[in-house]
Amino acid sequence: MTAGVDTLRLTAEDALGLVERGEVSAEELHGAYLDAIGERDPELHAFLRTVDEPEGSSIPIALKDVISTRGVETTAGSKILSGYVPVFDATVAARCKAAGLTLLGKTNTDEFAMGSSTENSAFGPSRNPWDPSRVPGGSGGGTAAAVSGGLAPWGLGSDTGGSIKQPSALCGNVGLRPTYGTVSRYGVVAFASSLDQIGPVAKTVRDVALLYRIVSGRDPCDSTTVELPAPVELPTAERLDGLRIGVPRQAVALEAIEPGVRSAFEAVLALAEELGAHVDECDLPLSFEYGLPCYYLIAPAEASSNLARYDGVRYGPRSEGETYRDAVERTRDDGFGAEPKRRIMLGTYALSAGYYDAYYGQAQKVRTLIVREHATAFESFDVLATPTSPTVAFPIGDKAADPLAMYACDLLTIPSCLAGLPGLSVPCGLSEGLPVGLQLVGPQFAENALFRAGHALERALGLDLVPERLRT
Amino acid sequence: MTWEPVIGLEIHVQLKTRTKMFCRCPVGFGAAPNTQTCPVCLGFPGALPVPNRTAIEWVVKLGLALGCEIAPRAVFARKNYFYPDLPKGYQISQYDLPSCIDGNVIVPLPDGEHAVGIVRAHLEEDAAKNVHVGGRTGRIGGAEYTLVDYNRGGTPLVEIVTAPDIHSAEEAKRFLQLLRQTIVELGISDAEMEKGTLRVDANVSVRPAGSDELRTRCEIKNMNSFTHIARGIEAEVERQIAVWESGGEVEQHTYDFDVATGTLTPRRAKEEADDYRYFPEPDLVPVEPPEDIVDRLRSELPELPAQRIGRIGETLDHERALVLVTGGLDPLWEATVAAGADGVAASNVIANQLVGAGVDPGAVAANELAKLVEARDRIPRTAFDEAIGRVGEPGFSAEPYVAQEVVSDTAALEPVVDAILAANPGQVEQYRGGKDGLLGFFVGQVMKETKGQADPRAVNELVRAKLAG
Repeated sequence: MTAGVDTLRLTAEDALGLVERGEVSAEELHGAYLDAIGERDPELHAFLRTVDEPEGSSIPIALKDVISTRGVETTAGSKILSGYVPVFDATVAARCKAAGLTLLGKTNTDEFAMGSSTENSAFGPSRNPWDPSRVPGGSGGGTAAAVSGGLAPWGLGSDTGGSIKQPSALCGNVGLRPTYGTVSRYGVVAFASSLDQIGPVAKTVRDVALLYRIVSGRDPCDSTTVELPAPVELPTAERLDGLRIGVPRQAVALEAIEPGVRSAFEAVLALAEELGAHVDECDLPLSFEYGLPCYYLIAPAEASSNLARYDGVRYGPRSEGETYRDAVERTRDDGFGAEPKRRIMLGTYALSAGYYDAYYGQAQKVRTLIVREHATAFESFDVLATPTSPTVAFPIGDKAADPLAMYACDLLTIPSCLAGLPGLSVPCGLSEGLPVGLQLVGPQFAENALFRAGHALERALGLDLVPERLRT
Repeated sequence: MTWEPVIGLEIHVQLKTRTKMFCRCPVGFGAAPNTQTCPVCLGFPGALPVPNRTAIEWVVKLGLALGCEIAPRAVFARKNYFYPDLPKGYQISQYDLPSCIDGNVIVPLPDGEHAVGIVRAHLEEDAAKNVHVGGRTGRIGGAEYTLVDYNRGGTPLVEIVTAPDIHSAEEAKRFLQLLRQTIVELGISDAEMEKGTLRVDANVSVRPAGSDELRTRCEIKNMNSFTHIARGIEAEVERQIAVWESGGEVEQHTYDFDVATGTLTPRRAKEEADDYRYFPEPDLVPVEPPEDIVDRLRSELPELPAQRIGRIGETLDHERALVLVTGGLDPLWEATVAAGADGVAASNVIANQLVGAGVDPGAVAANELAKLVEARDRIPRTAFDEAIGRVGEPGFSAEPYVAQEVVSDTAALEPVVDAILAANPGQVEQYRGGKDGLLGFFVGQVMKETKGQADPRAVNELVRAKLAG
């Protein structure tokens, strides 16, 4: 333990306090986390690479490897970008630097953020700190494993259909997928542009709020961003008086939800009522019936276009060929793994002449209905609650050969992503000794309300979120 | 059977904005290859487009000038295909919701005015420049290697699509002259074909005159001047007529116009079989130009070339008006007429002598030019020509030239005429033997002898009288 810092328990907020008061220097803190990485990452494989020389005056941060970092290799978990060193920082990376945060390293991800377990990473899977035989979730499993394994105080992930929320749930972290447009995507390797959002992963709701405050707000380099309508508030209240919590009937009826997850979810709802909230059922029939198929048309369609730039001409490895077309085909065949190829095929098909109306066009219409359905629900409720993931962390290899089973991991997180809404995953208990996450979804720009609700529950639950096997 | 050509044009205009369409790299020619680039226009991972506000205003301006409706909501779309000049693997363009639709341009023709419909005008980004090295065709197929200069990539382009309302190569040429002049006057592009800032593709079909059917069309690309466009269209029209008349069927195809030989070479079919998989560009929000900005742009429109041709055509004829306006000569013409010159005479002097002498019309003082036009027939030809050559010089005064008088006094000319006739007895005999054409020879000799100071009409009369005597 370097500098007397217990990285497994230290929150980012407390770490900031240590540095501000001069009790620990930025270098010492950075070093403490590097030591923890040296100790536990050979097993967890949360990081694809670390930065040994800290630049900055504050605490460290881990960035998912889809986030461009100037001078530091950024691969998005893909062989096709191995060796690619960006010449510019993503806006979120620049904002972290401007806040004095030191870049600790780049964390593992499913290739191009396509997956729910990190098993699709071209550089091998990450492992869950609670049980290394199990996945940490995905695609942002590297950041989640780093935070829960005490390898980083906090980190940034990207979420297209659940890639922040689901791994946060599976590793016992707090994770926020913000309202679409509140955090810049500039410099973040694109998967599906109309769905991709960058967001924080940390140990506490207050840490998540602090990091959201640093990275959010309009960016002139991303036309889809907006200014926050209100400043980010750090939550303090411990009660939920008057909060109206809606529980989508169609979500909790899903058979895929494991009994242990269901009981942890029901227990946290009962706790919420004790804290003064009103809990009632609501209806989102289209969202949970058509959300997943709708997502698996829109996301691959956009991905098929976003991934077209990887041709080996300007950066990344190039496979030689007789002609331009030949070289591009070989580069892409050698460079992309099975999942990106599958989604490029799906998406290309969905956008093709003669199929557009039936697939992509239809999915966009369904998406509009899902947006409306959520808007209607928020006429009666302040937040919607479901489990974040239907299951706890599953064993490595369990779903790797079955894409549809893997896609179903995001059954509960996808609908609000399609609607562009903010979602917070907060640990709400354990099942079989593994963390269970509660997903709280709010209307657009309702992050502060989510933080208040999440914070009150977190306090009342008082869970020890250090993985049992790592507690000393 | 007589055949009627049916022609539609697709025109690309490179805007001369300071920066590119979706990034802030400078737009311009002549920089070393791949120096005007950034992560956005090179398609680096995570780079995002941010639209150029000026380009959006300019396409609205152009749309208004072409009589288009301005879409209250236009949407950028991705056009997906693989090519080395396309770093992202897609071009950002507009597809089902373009910025401008449904316009109309009046083209003056010798037999009256003709409306050419504008289907749409939309914004997009230009591709990079490929230089295919080696191989026979200058195309990617067969080339040894290809060099890519991304400086051009991302330059704002406007694509204008006309309705198939054009029915001759001449009409196509006139339409393009008018369009080009409009674009240049709006100040949004240099629109120079040789520089590639104006590019034109033509869709050509033919049909029996009087019918309103639309037969299979072919596309002609790679024409780099208005004259080549007219020649390319004519060649394609002839080819199609020959196919139909020999009992064949025209097949849809794309041709390149070969400037050197004036012939059309077909492109390989493989290069045109594309499905672009358009979909709305998720990295950009819709373009919704506020009404007050559209109104402001409308109120700022100058009097447009087509309007001026109509107005000037009422005084002159449409032919002369077209030449003046598309040559950018009408402001000088108007000023010269206002200074007292005769309209037709001024038009002839400006469109012929002045342009022929290479004088910049913008440098000419109209009141001095008016004096020259007025004096044209009574001053010596040499004096007039010299004056026209210098009329664009600073401080030019017409006075010394218009003060010169032609020699028309018979007493002064007679000795010269006598001397010329005496020196050429053979020709005199031939003329008298019936070879009337020799009259010009004698007049020419006299003019030469008098150094152009003689009045040609007086010389003419005198020579004729002497030879008859």
